[in-house]
Amino acid sequence: MALTGIEIYKYLPKTNCKKCNFPTCLAFAMKVAARVVDITACPDLSAQSKAALESAGRPPIRLVKFGGDTHKVEVGNETVMFRHEKTFYHPPAIMVRIKDTASKEDIAKLVDEVGGYQVERVGMKLTMDGFAVENASKDQARFLEAVETVLAKSGLAVALMSDNPATMDAAVAKAAARKPVVYAATKENWSGMADIAKKHSCPLVVRDSSGLENLVALSEKVAQAGIEDIILDPGVDSFKSSIDSLTEIRRLALKKNFRPLGFPVMTFPGVQAKTTEEEAALAAEQISKYSSVVVLEHFSPALAYPLLTLRLNIYTDPQKPIQMAAGIYEVGAPKPDSPLCITTNFSLTYFSVAGEIEASGVPSWLLICDTEGLSVLTAWAAGKFDAERIAKAVKQFNVADKISHKSIVLPGKVAVLRGELEEELSGWKVLVGPMEAMDVGGYFKKTWKP
Amino acid sequence: MAPLEAPVEKWTGKIRELKLGSGGRKTITVGGGTTLPFVKFEGAQPHRPAIAIEVQDKEPTDWSEFLVSAWGDALKNPGAWAKKAAEFGADLLYIRLASAHPEASNTGAAQAKKSASEVLSAVDLPVIFVGPDVAEKDNEVLVAVSDVAKGQRVGLGNCVEKNYKTIAATCMADGHVAIAKTPIEINLAKQLNILLSDVGLSPDSILMDPTTGALGYGLEYTYSVMERLRLAALMGDGMTSMPMICTAGEESWRQKESKATLDVPQAWGDNQERSLIWENVTAISLLAAGADILVLRHPKTVVTVKAALDKSF
Repeated sequence: MALTGIEIYKYLPKTNCKKCNFPTCLAFAMKVAARVVDITACPDLSAQSKAALESAGRPPIRLVKFGGDTHKVEVGNETVMFRHEKTFYHPPAIMVRIKDTASKEDIAKLVDEVGGYQVERVGMKLTMDGFAVENASKDQARFLEAVETVLAKSGLAVALMSDNPATMDAAVAKAAARKPVVYAATKENWSGMADIAKKHSCPLVVRDSSGLENLVALSEKVAQAGIEDIILDPGVDSFKSSIDSLTEIRRLALKKNFRPLGFPVMTFPGVQAKTTEEEAALAAEQISKYSSVVVLEHFSPALAYPLLTLRLNIYTDPQKPIQMAAGIYEVGAPKPDSPLCITTNFSLTYFSVAGEIEASGVPSWLLICDTEGLSVLTAWAAGKFDAERIAKAVKQFNVADKISHKSIVLPGKVAVLRGELEEELSGWKVLVGPMEAMDVGGYFKKTWKP
Repeated sequence: MAPLEAPVEKWTGKIRELKLGSGGRKTITVGGGTTLPFVKFEGAQPHRPAIAIEVQDKEPTDWSEFLVSAWGDALKNPGAWAKKAAEFGADLLYIRLASAHPEASNTGAAQAKKSASEVLSAVDLPVIFVGPDVAEKDNEVLVAVSDVAKGQRVGLGNCVEKNYKTIAATCMADGHVAIAKTPIEINLAKQLNILLSDVGLSPDSILMDPTTGALGYGLEYTYSVMERLRLAALMGDGMTSMPMICTAGEESWRQKESKATLDVPQAWGDNQERSLIWENVTAISLLAAGADILVLRHPKTVVTVKAALDKSF
């Protein structure tokens, strides 16, 4: 959180000595806030003020990085409580727990499945982020073998889970190039775990499920031991307290600038779940509300796809909807007598319509109108998808040169624009298409006539 | 160490309480929250969100096989369907008078009265009736239903800018609740609430439908509009403080991810598992954004979401 000029001014000597080349301390503070000049330009700043300013200028939630060159993960550094206030910046890592009690074959199979998983949505390739390998057997050799299998078979990120500092040290040494997450420092073992995290420069999870006060105490101890990259695990594995605790943590970090909780949060939504549906439900809540590392107990494509889609939805910048370039697109291989449809440049709208046209088997021209990334009804409501704009797009992209007829299909939801558009586009016939993209195929077959 | 001071906000407003059901019918109250959803450290959410199950007055022709097999023959008859929905744990029912759609059977007032009577005599749960979402047709069937359900405080929708006067008038005359539906936009939502209040409908008889975008199909827009409406209400705006209803089932089961069973990409996984999770994730996310009533379609999703709510309260 950047400081305001007034906040910076409080730390200055207030002598108006002009040694910084600004007429007053306040003027200097304003320039510092605007990042025009560095605070070090003030020669009389006390050491305490300098330290306080540095600390106050740090982001309220730290950015924590892990993972190796093949898959880097960055979480934290969020600046708002609600996505509409600005945006959420760093999507939560979605990982899968692997217990070293499973057979080597089962581990290898799961790693292949998760590591190779990729699903495409609105032109983006969505993947999982990695594995949380747990020393459930309490046996060091077995744990190291599981870690080796995971590292050998996938380039994704890893978190290493063990209560035993000696075992952890050996495992982190093996995975060091992957910059693993060290899980976890507890009130019993924090000192040893902190040493390991420090030695290998890895992020350290602090875990205490007995209340935020205790989590804070642990976070402070670990920070004093010199650990900067901390991840918090408040132990919210049920609907009972998840939103409540995670809201409290984020508010304290953002609104009170409370350092011990100014870190990303890790959650395990499937621990208490009796079914995959229950795990999906809590994972969905935690992706929506404030988890930065979500570790699943199961993996299946049918679970991963909806959760990755939700993450994409929630972390889309609301000020910058994903947009298509306006223009005339070919779907299939349209001919001059093929249908011409129009829709908006919201990427999702484009992909839905183009996908349905594709599926209909009727090649078509698809004209995309610049509606500033809004979908059909929203754009219409906002006055960004009206007859004037549509007519402009028809002319601008020389649509008439590509087709032998003069008819254009409007989305059914904006049927009301028909009359106006026929006035704007003289000589054109305006047809009203279906309300939903999914009915395009039926419409082409039953109704469409140029 | 010293106890942490909870970072509470000083909200001046609260979500209105809305009651459905009366005249011998079971009642349910939603809303009343004095904080954000599930944030317990600063306020109360006196009534837990309610689960409505969608019932139609004609057998759906385009429903997924997974829905059809879950409901079986009950889909053929609204009374039987309503009873089964009650058995599956619905807190209330959301009856879509689909047969009145001009492109369906184009039925009118008489059929609407018949369907409504069947449902109302089959169950004693609170009920919401919605028309086919064609403004003139909605007026016709909803006025008919209003008469049949007089004094039972049912919900009637959807009220849009075009037809709100008729629905508001019939709600006032017969003691019902209006469902005010607007296209994912905070100002339009507020404006319709004002219009409804201006013609004399009590703000405590309005339920807002902010329009649901399913997961992957505009969910984030609905999510943020709902959060903004809720925040505005907590900050004291009495014209955005009506409880909200989300048609999570209808929207998610309409999408390719829930409908497609042929040529499905391998990365989409098992069809039934994915379809169920799609509805479930849409619903849970909208609960976090402030939904007071969720309308669902699949009985298994009802079980999952109810289990989540049981744990939350």
